[in-house]
Amino acid sequence: MSGARRHSRQQQAGYSPRRLRVVLGALGVCVLVLGWRALDLQVLQHDFLARQGDLRNLRTEPLAAHRGVITDRANRPLAVSTPVTTLWANPREVLAAREQWVKLSNNPVLSSRTLAQRVEANAGREFIYLARHLAPEQAQQVLALRVPGIYALTEYRRYYPAGEVTSHLVGFTNIDDVGQEGIELSMDNRLRGTPGRKKVVRDLHGRVIQDIAVLEEAHPGSNVALSIDLRLQYLAYRELLAAVTRNRAAGGSAVVLDARTGEVLAMVNQPAYNPNNRSGVQTAALRNRAITDVFEPGSTIKPLTVAAALESGLVSVNSTVDTRPGTIRVANKTIRDHRNYGVIDITTVLTKSSNVGTTKLALAMEDQALPAFMERFGLGTATGIPFPGESDGMLPIRSRWRDIETAALSYGYGVSVTALQLARAYAVIANGGIKVPLSLEKVDQPPQGERIISAAHASALVSMLETVISAEGTARRAKVPGYRVAGKTGTVHKLTAAGYADDRYVALFAGIAPAENPRIVTVVVVDDPQGRDYYGGLVAAPVFGSIMAGVLRTLNIEPEQPVGTYAGVIDQEARL
Amino acid sequence: MRRDFLRQMSIQPVGSAHSLAWRLHLDAPLLAALITLCLGGLLVLYSAGDSNMEMVMRQSLRFGLGFGILFVMAQIPPRSYRFWAPAFYGVGLILLVLVLVMGTHAMGAQRWLTIPGIGRFQPSEIMKLAVPAMVAWYFSERALPARLRDVLIVLAITLIPAALIARQPDLGTALLVAAAGLLILFVAGLSWRLIAVALAALSIAAPLMYFFVLHGYQRRRVDTFLNPEADPLGAGWNIIQSKTAIGSGGITGKGWLNGTQSRLDFLPESSTDFILAVLGEEIGLIGILLLLATYLFIVGRGLLISWQAQDNFSRLLAASLALTFFIYVFVNIGMVSGLLPVVGVPLPLVSFGGTSAVTLLSGFGILMSIHTHRKLLGH
Repeated sequence: MSGARRHSRQQQAGYSPRRLRVVLGALGVCVLVLGWRALDLQVLQHDFLARQGDLRNLRTEPLAAHRGVITDRANRPLAVSTPVTTLWANPREVLAAREQWVKLSNNPVLSSRTLAQRVEANAGREFIYLARHLAPEQAQQVLALRVPGIYALTEYRRYYPAGEVTSHLVGFTNIDDVGQEGIELSMDNRLRGTPGRKKVVRDLHGRVIQDIAVLEEAHPGSNVALSIDLRLQYLAYRELLAAVTRNRAAGGSAVVLDARTGEVLAMVNQPAYNPNNRSGVQTAALRNRAITDVFEPGSTIKPLTVAAALESGLVSVNSTVDTRPGTIRVANKTIRDHRNYGVIDITTVLTKSSNVGTTKLALAMEDQALPAFMERFGLGTATGIPFPGESDGMLPIRSRWRDIETAALSYGYGVSVTALQLARAYAVIANGGIKVPLSLEKVDQPPQGERIISAAHASALVSMLETVISAEGTARRAKVPGYRVAGKTGTVHKLTAAGYADDRYVALFAGIAPAENPRIVTVVVVDDPQGRDYYGGLVAAPVFGSIMAGVLRTLNIEPEQPVGTYAGVIDQEARL
Repeated sequence: MRRDFLRQMSIQPVGSAHSLAWRLHLDAPLLAALITLCLGGLLVLYSAGDSNMEMVMRQSLRFGLGFGILFVMAQIPPRSYRFWAPAFYGVGLILLVLVLVMGTHAMGAQRWLTIPGIGRFQPSEIMKLAVPAMVAWYFSERALPARLRDVLIVLAITLIPAALIARQPDLGTALLVAAAGLLILFVAGLSWRLIAVALAALSIAAPLMYFFVLHGYQRRRVDTFLNPEADPLGAGWNIIQSKTAIGSGGITGKGWLNGTQSRLDFLPESSTDFILAVLGEEIGLIGILLLLATYLFIVGRGLLISWQAQDNFSRLLAASLALTFFIYVFVNIGMVSGLLPVVGVPLPLVSFGGTSAVTLLSGFGILMSIHTHRKLLGH
């Protein structure tokens, strides 16, 4: 058998080259189809499919914006935000992994029982909160267990370092970081930042795998520097709390103003609350009484009546008023002084707080002159500081004032004010007769004010009010060692639903210091003292004295008789 | 004469070299291509398995075992395969029947036989080699082109095991086993008239099969193939996700280990049947074309071995093994890219899974045996 024949037989018995060509052709077609398909998907449909892919795993998530910090005038923090961790769950995923719940049994942060209740009650939803505002390490106790469907979220929580001392003023935010009360509410727009957006990669189970890019930066809220001086705020709070406790009062307020700039240096109230833990807080404790609550100013209004008499030219500083016999009948009502003061100059009207004196001055003025003048002092008008729930007070608008109404107005009845309004009126006297707008924020450039009374009359009034603190006056207890201070007491019957209560009072004191160069105005209100004392001179004046002593010392205001005072003290101690 | 000369020349460089590979009965180009493919596959698997080194180690062990078997198979001369083919086929057939009677259930199918002390294995894998060997054996002593009687016998040899495998049910393997036998029938010179008749019968049978033979899940796969968007979160999810993954890769891909669809769990079965989508997403069109080129080289080398083989049995068996390998590739890529319905066919030597890799490498061992046991015509 030759090689050639052998070969041809093989050719006959094996497959034909033609069939092989068909096979190779089919194979080539198949390869082309696959290649074309790859080209089709990866080049022609690439854009569409890439977008489809991104739709599956790229998500836009909000970037939490940091809320602005509230500080006092020296940048001491009053409200700050700290990052906290919130645990949330996708109930569907949690329910699908029931066997893993056992990991959470006896977990102090989130027990398996709580988890079961929460997810079973919300089985159809995709997002529920499990525990909000946890400290990061607390949240980690749960997250480390890797129970499917439980995720973390970073939020900010507000902390108030000064606690109840600034509670009414600063207010608070709710759990979603939105202002609810106080500055937090009134300046919410400024404090609140603009949340940004970021792009993240998430896997099939919704877990964020990677942050890709920040699409829009989160703009943190602006910081707000208040006019408050935290040191004075603490001081005022301490003294007011002590007085309210000592006198078993229902409440109280104290306001400290810088008369020249209109800045509120301190504003405190009782009762207060802890803004960091508001559980069980009574709503009554939430009010910033210095701004929201009104009272009849009583005798504290008398300097305004005297000012009106001086400005109208009716009397001069040295004029006298006959207050004999210590009573006066207006219409069919009798207005009384404590006792018969006789013929007294107008300084003594204030020193002794003579109702008869102010009534005579008021009735001698033209009709409507006194209420119009009071209005210029800001009575009956809100101070205009941005604060939620500020009361306007009440100054009646009448077409005709009857004599008894004018008389009542002259010694502070039939009109109501807030503590802040009363402080503003005293600030006019302290500031040489010029009314400046009040501010809760730090003021760099003192604003242009409006002149209400002449500088001479203003300074005369301060001198007159100084006599109130003297041994002859009603407020010896308002004395501040080393300084000359001026002020006026007030004791008013509390107005209840059944009219004036015989045995319930509001004790008041409004004062100015230092008298020779007035700068600070302080108003103290003690509501419904239940102790033995109820006179403004006994209840409110001592609070004024201790607050003012601290304020003047803290602000480094030079004492009137520094050496003398110290020498006196040393002498006394030496004698002891 | 001229053709003879050329054919001898093409053998000469290898034969005359008497290289180490040749003496070890290995085919160096084929071996190099297979090793390249396996190493590339391990890289893709590392990414597909979320950088799981343990998975890569397990697959490497299987490759090691597969190449060991390849080496042993290459030492056995083709005439031994021819001698043992009927017995091998017979044992395979008996095992397939045993699977249906007493096989182990797993994942809704009865495909495994458990041998105490050794472990589980799939007898259907044996048939991937036994059917082409048996058909090649049958034709090796008969004159070609095949006569009708021979065609019918070969059809029986092929379709009986295929039907048994389809009963398990494992449609993917059944089709591949059937294709292995039918391919030999085609290259052996089945007349075009018979092919036309068969195609006509198939086009009539296909709809009938759909309604009366296919299982519910198989029918759903066909429905899904025809319209994947009909149920995008259910049956259509796999195919939509894999198309998205491949398409989003673009020309150059997102980079190794950077595929978002696969690594973020959007792509199901990413390390097994759908591993091509990982490659397409991370290495892009370039990666897919490189993979296709490697496969094409392996298939081409197999066909060359077939062409150069010296007896009918070897030529037919080699052609069947090479072409079946290509069908694997075509069916898997077609399925993952949405051209074909989803049938469980892994991407050869890339998908995670041991059985198919070992079977495939055994087949390449046979190819190398065929190539290196030729009687060379010396000068």
